[in-house]
Amino acid sequence: MTTETPETRPASATYADADFAQDSHRAGTLREAARDYLNRVRGGDMGSLPALLGLLVLFVIFGLTTDSFFTNLNLANLTVQAAPICVLAMALVPVLLIGEIDLSAGVASGTGAAITALAIVDHGQPWPVAVVAGIACGAVIGLAIGAMVARLGIPSFVVTLSFFLALQGVMLRLIGQGGSVRFNHEVLRGLAIKNVPVTLGWICAVAIVAAYAALALFTYRRQVARDLARPPFGLVVLRIAVLAVVVLGLTAYFNVNRSRNPFFPIEGVPYMVPVVVVILLLMTFLLSRTAFGRHLYAVGGNREAARRAGINVLYMRIMAFVLCSSLAAVAGILQAAYSGKVSPGSGGGNVLLYAVGAAVIGGTSLFGGRGRAIDGVIGGVVLATVDNGLPLLIDKSYANYLVTGGVLLLAASVDAISRRRRSATGV
Amino acid sequence: MTEPLLELRGVNKSFGVVHVLHDVDFAVYPGQVTALVGDNGAGKSTLVKVIAGIYGRDSGDYLFEGKPVNVHGPRDVAGLGIEVVYQDLALCDNLDIVQNMFLGRELRRWPVLDEAQMEAKARETLASLSVRTVKSVRQPVASLSGGQRQTVAIAKAVLWNSKIVLLDEPTAALGVAQTRQVLDLVRRLADRGLGVVLISHNMTDVFEVADRITALYLGRVAADVPASEVSHREVVELITAGRSESHGIAESPTSATI
Repeated sequence: MTTETPETRPASATYADADFAQDSHRAGTLREAARDYLNRVRGGDMGSLPALLGLLVLFVIFGLTTDSFFTNLNLANLTVQAAPICVLAMALVPVLLIGEIDLSAGVASGTGAAITALAIVDHGQPWPVAVVAGIACGAVIGLAIGAMVARLGIPSFVVTLSFFLALQGVMLRLIGQGGSVRFNHEVLRGLAIKNVPVTLGWICAVAIVAAYAALALFTYRRQVARDLARPPFGLVVLRIAVLAVVVLGLTAYFNVNRSRNPFFPIEGVPYMVPVVVVILLLMTFLLSRTAFGRHLYAVGGNREAARRAGINVLYMRIMAFVLCSSLAAVAGILQAAYSGKVSPGSGGGNVLLYAVGAAVIGGTSLFGGRGRAIDGVIGGVVLATVDNGLPLLIDKSYANYLVTGGVLLLAASVDAISRRRRSATGV
Repeated sequence: MTEPLLELRGVNKSFGVVHVLHDVDFAVYPGQVTALVGDNGAGKSTLVKVIAGIYGRDSGDYLFEGKPVNVHGPRDVAGLGIEVVYQDLALCDNLDIVQNMFLGRELRRWPVLDEAQMEAKARETLASLSVRTVKSVRQPVASLSGGQRQTVAIAKAVLWNSKIVLLDEPTAALGVAQTRQVLDLVRRLADRGLGVVLISHNMTDVFEVADRITALYLGRVAADVPASEVSHREVVELITAGRSESHGIAESPTSATI
């Protein structure tokens, strides 16, 4: 019996090599890439497209029917309002990826914020210590939830619903009935009410675009050099151009003075924005560029396959909840910075809906295995727009609940329908 | 006959009072396809799981390349270069071919995944197996046909320079053309010098690719013969009755009863 070395492959292999080399390493022209994308959308792989279209519709409706929606001051306020929701939605992404749900993320965010606020107000801790304490509190909550879901096998729905109730009790005990804790530390409160100096804003914006362009072109060059699958060059350039327009456009918009008082200028990007951008970049890196992220997708896609591939499924499921609750605590601190206080009701009410809703609206699947960090940001902006624009249109809070509930249901329907389509077309 | 790559000698395995494997001897030779056949409940799956390290042995020896080895779990077995492709394919639909092939063993340049290296290696492995039916190694596994998915699962098993690949019913759910595709691949694996174990119910498939046939009957090895020396009918008799003319378990009442 002879062992064949790679040099002496059978004739069929050399034939196949040639045949294989013809297969698509690249998407061809920009036009073909566009057609590919359209086919994917038709096949049910829509990503954030419905959310972006919905955002466009909302902007048109609110712009046409109200006077104050499109004022610079309101749009800046909308951005700051959206930031905590975006972060909370990004927190939900890892949990949704593994096919679980976390109904307690909202109150976990409130609890984290309460710990941070109390550490500053009652214990006089410096703000970094207080923030770390808040996030650590979130991590402990996540660890408890994850252990019960993954170790004991209780459905995540039930565990997190219990935490939703229990953590509200914890907050009442910490803060006291009917009370609230001030959240007016200069640095933390400044995240919501202060802006990045105009020059620094421009420098950062240009640096971000330049860094993205350099990375994209470097990746493309390496893909060409090693003859790997790659998008058409036109698409790479287009992506850089879109990012440049969005980042530089927003910076230019925020750097215009938006104050009504001529003696008191308000200009510059709100500090909330860079915070969200940094979290978005970190989460995107974690999910798409590390083995940890890859394993989250695998556990969500086929748990048994992940187990057989040697992935520690128990660990991954616990870590998804730890990541979720820790990031939720960050969202809670941002929300507290926006509202200036933490009350026992922080994170309750329809924040629960926002947390799950924003991620799903942005295109993360409730069925697991599909989603990106940016989905949370896009969905968060959609919900914040509803939250911000609707009171200008109808000043009744029942409308807000109805519309937000409707939007979530719509997003979940889109998710379910596109999942069915995907399984039919195999995209 | 060359020395076997893997050899089990006198393996016994019981679950409680149920004695599933009786003094089973099993050998896998390099460059050969060994078919493992037997009726439902004959002990095929148990034997595969013993080889894979999922089940321990009650007694018997586990020899790899002629030397006795201690295997305590699936990781030890994978470390020896033995890979198992299970019947229900262990692939993630939401990941692409490259991601699936490297799942759990991703190449990285700390701490970032080395996508370029993984894609190049995946492409190289598929090409060396003469797989020419996938459009792109970057397409999601969900879009592949049953035969293509089986191909990816097998390619995943040989990506790590494995020496032995066990295939559990690889053609069970496939159509005619796809079965052809997978059987060709099985043959090519053996031609590359790997020891291949094919577990199958389908006698046509077995006779098409197998060099040796090991038949299990009620937990015992009924026969271990070159495929050229037995007929289709004889193998069916070995599976159903445990013996066929000159082959099979001796017709003594003590060993034939359970």
